[in-house]
Amino acid sequence: MSHTSNQSSTLLLITGGRLVDGQGGEADNDALLIRDGRIAATGSQARSADVDDTINADGWVIAPGFVDLCCNLREPGNGQKGNIASETRAAAHGGFTTVCASPETSPVNDSGAVTHLIRDVAASRSPIRVLPIGAITRGLEGDLLSDMAGLRNAGCVAVGNGSRGVRNARILRRCMAYAQTFGLTVMFSPENQALAADGYAHDGLVTSRLGLLGIPEVAETAAVMEMLLLAEETGVRLHLSQLSCARSVEMLAEAQQRGIKVTADVAIHQLLFTEDALAGFDSRFHVRPPLRSESDRRALVAGVREGVIAAIVSQHQPHDTAAKQAPLAATEPGLSTIESVLSLGLELVDRDELSLTDLVRALTSGPASVIGRTSGLAEGDMADLCLFDPTGTWVADDRTLVSAGRHAPVTGRELTGVVRMTLVEGRKAWDALQA
Amino acid sequence: MTAHDPSPHHLQLTRDGQLRHFLTLDGLDRDLLTDILDTADSFIEVGERTIKKVPLLRGRTVVNLFFESSTRTRSTFELAAKRLSADVLNLDISTSATSKGESLSDTLLNLEAMASDMFVVRHSQSGAPHFIAESVTPGVAIINAGDGRHAHPTQAMLDMLTIRQHKQRFEGLKVAIVGDVLHSRVARSQIRALNVLGAEEVRVIAPGTLLPKDVESLGCTVEYDMEKGMKDLDVVIMLRLQKERMEGALLPSEREFYRLYGLNREKLALAHPECIVMHPGPINRGVEIESAVADGPQSVILNQVTNGIAIRMAVMSMAMGGQVAERQRQQAKGAKA
Repeated sequence: MSHTSNQSSTLLLITGGRLVDGQGGEADNDALLIRDGRIAATGSQARSADVDDTINADGWVIAPGFVDLCCNLREPGNGQKGNIASETRAAAHGGFTTVCASPETSPVNDSGAVTHLIRDVAASRSPIRVLPIGAITRGLEGDLLSDMAGLRNAGCVAVGNGSRGVRNARILRRCMAYAQTFGLTVMFSPENQALAADGYAHDGLVTSRLGLLGIPEVAETAAVMEMLLLAEETGVRLHLSQLSCARSVEMLAEAQQRGIKVTADVAIHQLLFTEDALAGFDSRFHVRPPLRSESDRRALVAGVREGVIAAIVSQHQPHDTAAKQAPLAATEPGLSTIESVLSLGLELVDRDELSLTDLVRALTSGPASVIGRTSGLAEGDMADLCLFDPTGTWVADDRTLVSAGRHAPVTGRELTGVVRMTLVEGRKAWDALQA
Repeated sequence: MTAHDPSPHHLQLTRDGQLRHFLTLDGLDRDLLTDILDTADSFIEVGERTIKKVPLLRGRTVVNLFFESSTRTRSTFELAAKRLSADVLNLDISTSATSKGESLSDTLLNLEAMASDMFVVRHSQSGAPHFIAESVTPGVAIINAGDGRHAHPTQAMLDMLTIRQHKQRFEGLKVAIVGDVLHSRVARSQIRALNVLGAEEVRVIAPGTLLPKDVESLGCTVEYDMEKGMKDLDVVIMLRLQKERMEGALLPSEREFYRLYGLNREKLALAHPECIVMHPGPINRGVEIESAVADGPQSVILNQVTNGIAIRMAVMSMAMGGQVAERQRQQAKGAKA
């Protein structure tokens, strides 16, 4: 995060708009005063201050800044797909004030040196906070433990497998026991690789019709079950990343009831799209885990609504155009989502599948709690804020997208919900007027 | 929610419903399929002349792009194009450009720059012809000569032509497809064609390891027991079994497969006495079919091969017609603007 400006010592006043804290609190905003990067006062007390700058938020929603548990910044190593500067700016455009950087870089973030590199680049080039996730095994090869204590000391907030697997249950069990030693949360995307084999789409109606290679549901659910049992045994804090199956949500809820320390997230596109998105061989929707059936989608949305799934993530995967310009099976998985998360989430609100509070919670306090951070709009809270116009419209295209990846999930039609301003510790990380 | 028109079919038809690419049978209606069969019938006569040529594609360049080798399919496409008087270029891409690291898109754009009018594409990946038609060279007519496990629409149509020649109709027919449906692009296209043309029942007969998930959703019933499945059949279509299937733990052995799902005289006797036997080829004698059946009186396997040329002539001439109409429409639009 850049500290070149000293705006943080200035006094900033936000007037008007509606406060939605994602924890059930909703109120009209009279005034919100920001001093030294924190929310200093609200209401009439805030008004009385002699401020340097005032933001008129009439008609906007004032929410805590969004927190993303799964974001691929592509640096180090994949400059043709994006870099820390481009992708964190895209994140700020999307209303995010904190992103967790996936360990799947080149080299993999499996040592303190790589973690330091990411943090150093972020410190000078990123308008928002970047929290690295360390690799759970060396090189993410799935065979040997990574230097987890070193990763933690260098600033990793969790360890994970990115989108790769671990050789077998014995190694996984040791990874968990070792992570538990250092109080590290294990973020794991569950996929049994033997069952997933060469698949790249949900094993269901569409793959059967189009002759695509399927990834069966059981590739995820068998892995979820195995991880839940190992988490129970080792006592590690487990976070299941990017669930895609209804049955996984059921097992997760059951495990939470049993008192197992487990949380989970879901990628935004899993909440809106299904296997049908591949019906025209649209390689944009080649994602992993794959988009599954409508009943899976509904169960995932219900999981967010009921709080069983703590967080919605972007699973942002920017690519160069060549990575998506090939027959479906030969393309790379992933969507460029981070700038569309809010608008897609608001479609769910518009359809009454989620309330605005559910959505904001799953983008703020939900993910923040997974990595041991707080989020809110009360006095004393960090002034990480997202100010958005819930009725404003935009179209995701080459003019508007900031990310190096142009394969956004929805292009060519209007989206509702525009981020007007993103503040990180009271400093403007994104200002639509100046963009 | 969908990001754009999800149908893969809009791609292969012109605005007024003419064929301009031939990628899949999905989205093509009964009238159009019947039109293809009728057109093919008219070309059968051409094959019986001393001079087997018509000038429908004179001056056009057809490129056979086979990313996966196939002598027979390529030969019938080549013959079909030549009988339509086209100039034909055969490219075996698996051994040329792509092995030098050139991307598929770049290879195709180069060929398009050589003023090609039609690409006949075979590719090991499902959806490759779609990708080419949609994103790479939309101005070139694309004919799918088999893509991955997805579709082999000309094969399915030549099978339909063969069935119509022998049965004169599709209504009331009971048809079984036997063997490796999971990996078969032919089976997927056949099931679709038979459903659209009005067959009474399409049965797939195979063990569970060789069936795609929810196969019934394609428009068929499932029978594991071949002896039961042969009952009342008017048509039995055998699929080719690849030897790799044993290694992937999908089947225990060729011998067990032949015993359970191979077509021999005893099993054929359980079907309707006039049941015809089909196979898209090449045949594994003694694996999916007994020689006495393959060469027997009920076999129409060689008719299929003959019909292959007529069907391909029909599809190529129709798609070229649609493509030319589309170009003229766009030119007219451009002239107005």
